[in-house]
Amino acid sequence: MALFNTRAKRNAVIVLVVVGLSMPLWLADDWLTILARGSAFAIGAIGLMLLTGYAGQISLGHAFFAAVGFYAAAVLGGDPDDPRRWGFGITEIVIWLPAAGLVAAAVGVVVAPLATRLRGLYLAIVTLGLVFVGEHFFEQWNTLTGGASSGRPPAPATLFGYRLDRDSDLVFVLGARELGPFTRQQQLFWLLTVLLVIFAVAARNLARSDIGRAFTAIRDRDLAAAMIGVNLFKQKTVAFAISSFYAGCFGALFYTTFLNVNPNQFDLLLSVLFLIMVLVGGVGTISGAIAGAFLIAVLPRFTQWLASVLPLISSDPQGIPNADHVRFLLYGLLIIGFLMFEPRGLFGIWFRIRTWFRSYPFSY
Amino acid sequence: MITFAEVVLEGLGRGSVYALIAIGFVIIFKSSQVISFAQPGFMIAGVVLITYLVQVPFLSFWPALALGAVLIALLALGIERAVIRPMVGRPIFAIAIITIALDIIIRTIAHGFIGANVRHVADPWGRSRVSFGPVSMEQRHLAAVLTATVLVVLLLAFFRFTRIGLAMRAVAQDQEVALAQGVSVGAVFAISWGLAGGLAAVAGGFAASGASVDNTFWLIALYALPVIILGGLDSLEGAVLAGLIIGVAQSIFARFPDLLSWLVENPSVIVPWLVMVLVLVLRPYGLFGTREVERV
Repeated sequence: MALFNTRAKRNAVIVLVVVGLSMPLWLADDWLTILARGSAFAIGAIGLMLLTGYAGQISLGHAFFAAVGFYAAAVLGGDPDDPRRWGFGITEIVIWLPAAGLVAAAVGVVVAPLATRLRGLYLAIVTLGLVFVGEHFFEQWNTLTGGASSGRPPAPATLFGYRLDRDSDLVFVLGARELGPFTRQQQLFWLLTVLLVIFAVAARNLARSDIGRAFTAIRDRDLAAAMIGVNLFKQKTVAFAISSFYAGCFGALFYTTFLNVNPNQFDLLLSVLFLIMVLVGGVGTISGAIAGAFLIAVLPRFTQWLASVLPLISSDPQGIPNADHVRFLLYGLLIIGFLMFEPRGLFGIWFRIRTWFRSYPFSY
Repeated sequence: MITFAEVVLEGLGRGSVYALIAIGFVIIFKSSQVISFAQPGFMIAGVVLITYLVQVPFLSFWPALALGAVLIALLALGIERAVIRPMVGRPIFAIAIITIALDIIIRTIAHGFIGANVRHVADPWGRSRVSFGPVSMEQRHLAAVLTATVLVVLLLAFFRFTRIGLAMRAVAQDQEVALAQGVSVGAVFAISWGLAGGLAAVAGGFAASGASVDNTFWLIALYALPVIILGGLDSLEGAVLAGLIIGVAQSIFARFPDLLSWLVENPSVIVPWLVMVLVLVLRPYGLFGTREVERV
């Protein structure tokens, strides 16, 4: 199976990528932050999609691996002179990003032997416990995380010496036009978009390789897959390792848009958010994971707009009901709505639209 | 020695709360093979409802507890009919995710009613203690143990001696055969959800006695998950026994944290999850669960 099996798909993706890369030139900074966070969410969602959507292993533990990746990156890039928290001062993203992924993947490999023995909802409950145990450890481990009250800042993003998370004063001159100086939101958006494209292509290649086929065999009928020669233990471990790698990279990247991170960010809600992205986007598709991720990333902005438009919902964080309540209700309603009426998610909706047009006038 | 005995008694009190919530999980699992992650939602909804009911002038703790349990049971019935029944026949994974979504929705609404303040259930005991000779235990824990015992006995009698209980046992064994015999499987689903919701509300009422209800109160109900894993997903006796075991274990590590403080501080928070992992490694189907026979 080719990477893009129709010319239309290939052209559409090229157009999307070009438009996406041009966005910092015409979108406002706050939208760029939202979309950059969406790209980071998409990386994490692709990881969970590989584990849950392709390999069929229901994992509620994604937040734990995201935390591992974040702390690996934060410790590597942290301030070495801070006496309260560990830090090595390696701010080069080419080092801390793969390291964050690899550390998270290693933890995934450690967890895998227990996880591969379990199926279905037992695995979901165990990974749920993993999130809580991890949260407890991270809250107590002050030198790693800064403790529950103060937290720690993310690793500074430096690309070959060039700081991406500070507004720059570089100006590019193209003939008579000037490009720049760029704000940190624009630079981080570019970084995250490029990384998303790389991770997404890698995941799609994985899905169409023999490993990907083994995953879908395990999801559909794991006993039958074992009988035709798929090594269940090895492939499930590979699935956990890869999805943890993606989760670790998400953890390291997402929080570059934040100033400080508390260990209670990595709670059950984050895991459930990823599950929403995977389910709402469309199980078993990479583009579904990306669509679901951007939907969740834009949702807070949407509920804030709702709060400003509807008099019933207050914008004040202490009010009842407020925008946060509406957002949580929307999370629940999204899952229920999609699982009841469109189990194939946003991809399923797109599929119906595309099929309707493709089979016109026989669209019934 | 006295301290250890008191710790065990306190653990039995805590464990009774977990056991009640876990019984709800098991009843739903036995009838429909679904693990309903909505139990924590029903617990917190029950507690919040009770805290509002006790403010009504003629309702004290016990009437409010009973009324709250009945109302939450009706809520659970309605939710089952509206959301879960249309999903019959769909993959279990999808229904479980829907129960997670229900939990989020119910908790968000319940937390909205808590707001920024803490609420109280106006229980008659507070932290007062009762003594049996040299050993004393908190009255609220004794009340929890006694109430849980009465409820479990009533439940077992219900399943053993009533027609509806017989119908539920039949559905738990084999849904299709029960349907063929004329049992209304849908009604059994509804009753199991109703029972689970009511039990969760009662458990929440006792968990809130002598304590206050805030936005983090719902985490208590999550400990019922290690309980059902330890007891076995389809065993009521297992749920009760495992609930008591986990409660006692938590109390022991809360009172003597140095046993595990080389690993982490405050080990009693994660001890149930560690017990669960141990059980899954050694005996995956729990103490009393039935082995699943996997067919291709």
